[in-house]
Amino acid sequence: MFATRNAVKLGARSFSTGATLQSKVAVLGAAGGIGQPLSLLLKANPRVTELGLYDIHNTPGVAADVGHINTLSTVTGYTAKDDGLKKALTGAELVVIPAGVPRKPGMTRDDLFNTNAGIVRDLAKACAETCPEAKLLIISNPVNSTVPIATEVFKKANVYDAKRIFGVTSLDLVRASRFVGEKTGSVGEVPVVGGHAGVTIIPLFSQVPGLQLSDAERDALTHRVQFGGDEVVKAKDGAGSATLSMAYAGARFADSLLRAAAGEDVLEWAFVRTDLFKKEGLEFFSTYVKLDKNGVKEVLPLPSNISAYEQELVQKAIPELKKSEAKGVSFVAGN
Amino acid sequence: MVSVAVLGAAGGIGQPLSLLLMLTPGISRLSLYDIVNMPGVAADISHINSNVSVEHHAGAAQLRRALQGIDIVVIPAGVPRKPGMTRDDLFSVNASIVRELTEAVADTCPRALIAIIANPVNSTVPIAAEVLKSRHVYDPRRLFGVTTLDSVRASRFVRDLRPETDAAELHIPIVGGHSGNTIVPLLSMATPRLELTPAEAEGLVQRIQYGGDEVVKAKEGRGSATLSMAHAAARFTNSLVVAFKGTLTVELALVPLAADPGGAQQIRRFGAGQLEYFAVPVELGQAGVQRIVALPTEPNTLERKGIEIAASVLRENIDKGVSYITGTK
Repeated sequence: MFATRNAVKLGARSFSTGATLQSKVAVLGAAGGIGQPLSLLLKANPRVTELGLYDIHNTPGVAADVGHINTLSTVTGYTAKDDGLKKALTGAELVVIPAGVPRKPGMTRDDLFNTNAGIVRDLAKACAETCPEAKLLIISNPVNSTVPIATEVFKKANVYDAKRIFGVTSLDLVRASRFVGEKTGSVGEVPVVGGHAGVTIIPLFSQVPGLQLSDAERDALTHRVQFGGDEVVKAKDGAGSATLSMAYAGARFADSLLRAAAGEDVLEWAFVRTDLFKKEGLEFFSTYVKLDKNGVKEVLPLPSNISAYEQELVQKAIPELKKSEAKGVSFVAGN
Repeated sequence: MVSVAVLGAAGGIGQPLSLLLMLTPGISRLSLYDIVNMPGVAADISHINSNVSVEHHAGAAQLRRALQGIDIVVIPAGVPRKPGMTRDDLFSVNASIVRELTEAVADTCPRALIAIIANPVNSTVPIAAEVLKSRHVYDPRRLFGVTTLDSVRASRFVRDLRPETDAAELHIPIVGGHSGNTIVPLLSMATPRLELTPAEAEGLVQRIQYGGDEVVKAKEGRGSATLSMAHAAARFTNSLVVAFKGTLTVELALVPLAADPGGAQQIRRFGAGQLEYFAVPVELGQAGVQRIVALPTEPNTLERKGIEIAASVLRENIDKGVSYITGTK
């Protein structure tokens, strides 16, 4: 049904630089566990013409390193010194935000709220001031709350446009596709909707052509996709959460936005502002989105033929999503 | 079905390298080995939805298991430089690591292509060769010191000087070794042709030779090039994969000149003399080095001088590596 995902091109050895589209991408948290490999993948992407790497420390080193790669883009590393954040953001078309702390074993994404909420709020403020028209790609967890946080910040600054703020859920799609592929031997797209934490993650196996799963298999796969993040946190034994696969997923979504900006028809899945579940009191949901150069071109509803099991997952996700949303909104109101 | 092992997969280079290899078409199996942190890195990487299967192996007891059935071994393992250090300062720690890992390769997958990143490459490649010789499995066509980052840097730095250059299309032969003044960029042989003033050429040569130091300094004690090294090593590994599958590919690498004694005559004439190892452009095929690719012209006077200087330093580096294993010069 959907075009096979191309792996992010590497090295660009045979790619001509006829591109005249200037695409600056800023990475906030570029020296971190996700930020570094993410910067590497973005550097290798021939659609990126400039990279602005920001973090509270170590970014000049990361920029010097990544900057030696012989692809088109120029790279500059900034810290808070000398208005670094502002400089990193000036002229940015995309701002990718992996900044923040990762989970330790036993933690939920929500446990990160206290630390990461303030970080995302402050970075969102800077974006609202310096590059209000950039597309924001929020990776910092808990995404189910940090996206509402960024939204409230932009509203307060009177620069909010729902088309331009995204919670990155791509890793759930990548995981679903991988786990199904391990079962069936073929790696195709598996749509994942809802949110980006535990039971709010809803893989739509019903939408994968030809996929036959017993109930037990469906349950096990659903659970594995929902708690794929925990799998990695546990395996890392306190040393962090997914960094390399998250970098891949983040770079993949950034590439989707850049392709859309270049005129391609792009269908993706991301956590966005939508009225799909307005009746239930929800303002954000991850669903099918068509992208263009402005960001969200169209938010699509869930397919009408999702299974009864999946409908139930949606119902279970809604109260969790509402709680996280409210937590994010009231954080900004009170801080 | 190409199986690649990364020895040192949890390190600063190993992690992003493993990520890039996960995305390299043509690889069907990735075997990740390190002494610490392995389950975590492998679990992370294994969630990427490419067609590559991932295994992890942790600790010396699992090293030989990690190498079962492997076609290509990439070795980023070892410690990186701190500001003020030369690559040679890493010798004592990294020599022992490379020896141990090469012994395992010799015992388990002796026909594998071996790509060594661990510095000082000018010495670790001879070390690996001596280990392989001592176990009677040495094939000079299958051993490589990865110098690709110097090529990547060269085209990048030219582009910094001449912004209209397409860095991806620029090819500059770089011969010699992989540290400071053993790196000899042959700018006069660049394609497309470069028009440079003598001052520009000299500045470029300096910058390419000490590009690594630039990053070590910028990282202020936190390490050396990891991301750009991962990129370069992934590019080289991809070339090995493509060649292994039957398509001839040209790359620069530090190789035993015994891989192609006839082809090596030219670089020997240009200043490599009797050296056993030298970085040259090589054509890669299914069995590793198919042949050494001839340079299109003679080096100019300055480049000739550069090769001579490189050769004298390399003589020492090679001897140091060889005697580490054999105990004699």
